[in-house]
Amino acid sequence: MKHLISVQELSREDTVGILDTAIELNRVTDGGTKILPTLRGRTVVNLFYEDSTRTRISFERAAKRLSADVVTFSANGSSVSKGESLKDTALTLNAMGADMIVLRHPSPGAAHRLAHAGWLESSVLNAGDGKHEHPTQALGDAFTLRAHLRPGANDFAGLTIGIVGDVLHSRVARSNIFLLGILGAKVIVIGPPTLLPVGIENWPCEVSYSLDAHLPELDAIMMLRVQQERMNGTFFPSELEYSRTFGLNRKRAKELPEHAIVMHPGPMNRGVEITAEVADSGRSVITEQVVNGLIVRMASMYLLIGGDASVA
Amino acid sequence: MSEPFSGASASSSRTSSRMVADSEDISRALRRLAHQVVENVKDVSHLVIMGIPTRGVPIAERLAKNIGDIEKISIPVGSLDVTLFRDDLQMRPTKALEQTRLPAEGIDGKTVILVDDVLFSGRTIRAALDAINEYGRPAVVQLAVLVDRGHRELPIRADYVGKNLPTSLSEKVSVQISEIDSVDQVVIQSTIEQL
Repeated sequence: MKHLISVQELSREDTVGILDTAIELNRVTDGGTKILPTLRGRTVVNLFYEDSTRTRISFERAAKRLSADVVTFSANGSSVSKGESLKDTALTLNAMGADMIVLRHPSPGAAHRLAHAGWLESSVLNAGDGKHEHPTQALGDAFTLRAHLRPGANDFAGLTIGIVGDVLHSRVARSNIFLLGILGAKVIVIGPPTLLPVGIENWPCEVSYSLDAHLPELDAIMMLRVQQERMNGTFFPSELEYSRTFGLNRKRAKELPEHAIVMHPGPMNRGVEITAEVADSGRSVITEQVVNGLIVRMASMYLLIGGDASVA
Repeated sequence: MSEPFSGASASSSRTSSRMVADSEDISRALRRLAHQVVENVKDVSHLVIMGIPTRGVPIAERLAKNIGDIEKISIPVGSLDVTLFRDDLQMRPTKALEQTRLPAEGIDGKTVILVDDVLFSGRTIRAALDAINEYGRPAVVQLAVLVDRGHRELPIRADYVGKNLPTSLSEKVSVQISEIDSVDQVVIQSTIEQL
């Protein structure tokens, strides 16, 4: 594996391999707090065309935990804001000897283009490309689900997972739906029809417009953020109505099975898609997701640039 | 590689293998190593045996059992994967990680005996020392290997050696352990170039 662009390129074995690597890394670094010498002398460039403090920090920490040199390019305040094209930035980074480029870009397909256009020899790790994918977020969520619901298992057969809210704008949802499909879980996507993408009937999931109808069968529920910055269309009448129909509150959380866990990719809008009470409750694993995201990013970096890919 | 002859088959080498130790030899060696450890360490109550995956782990378990039988106590055993600490990572394909399991007692202040199947360049042991350092501070670290085949690249030697096996660099030493390979034996494979 040289690049990680989309979970749809992964087999079930690849996925379990990444998750197993993450388990060992989690153990030997005490949850990502110890520093390993594994990537000493390697350079990881974070190339961020979109602001994302949490994701950028997570990737920076992951690379530093493995002793890599980390260089961060943000669109603001670099040559990018002077109008340099992705290609020229890539050529520059290649000339500087980057072993891996972690790319966050507003355009779907940007990471694929960067990896396969022949501009560079580096590995490319997609850290979110438009509405397309965010594979390490989905891998982190799979890690969390596995730890809570299927420890040590090689698939998620028999699990039912609800993904609720704005799937249309969410690359996290897209990556999660496909990855959970690869692992054999049943995924139910729930949201207002205006926030579900065209063609979702061809995705490996069921679609429903009623949250209440499915609560008792869910082993895990992922609440998606209402992306206020993207709510320029009239997707739903009001925040209050959205929250009443699709928000997770105490009453709905009670309808979930005893063992069910509550997930959210962050950042949360407390009071909109999830109430503070549920977000802070014992079944919420939201802060764990942050740690697990870091761990699977370390695992992905090790697997992509730890060894000599040309020998494999 | 030899030049292909016109019309001849492309095959230009064959491998031969010979067994240099059988299951009896291996268990005798491990019994002797256990006695040497007991004689050398004296106070085995602080002993921890750490196997290096994959085959170092079952060997470590057997060694610990032998020592335990002699001293009538149970010796803690762990496993120590050194992959993340290797200095030659970038010269090989990426390897899946093996398990690292420290004994519940930890390794601080203990006498830790590292166990591996074959001692060769010494780079695995160098990585193991770094790894140990990351997980605690033992009082003493020693090394036991089933086979020492020579060709060290670093100033490292074993404290306990099951069998010294002088080899040439073109040969491959394969230790097979029944827990993993369903047979106990040590085999030397050599590739013979033919014209």
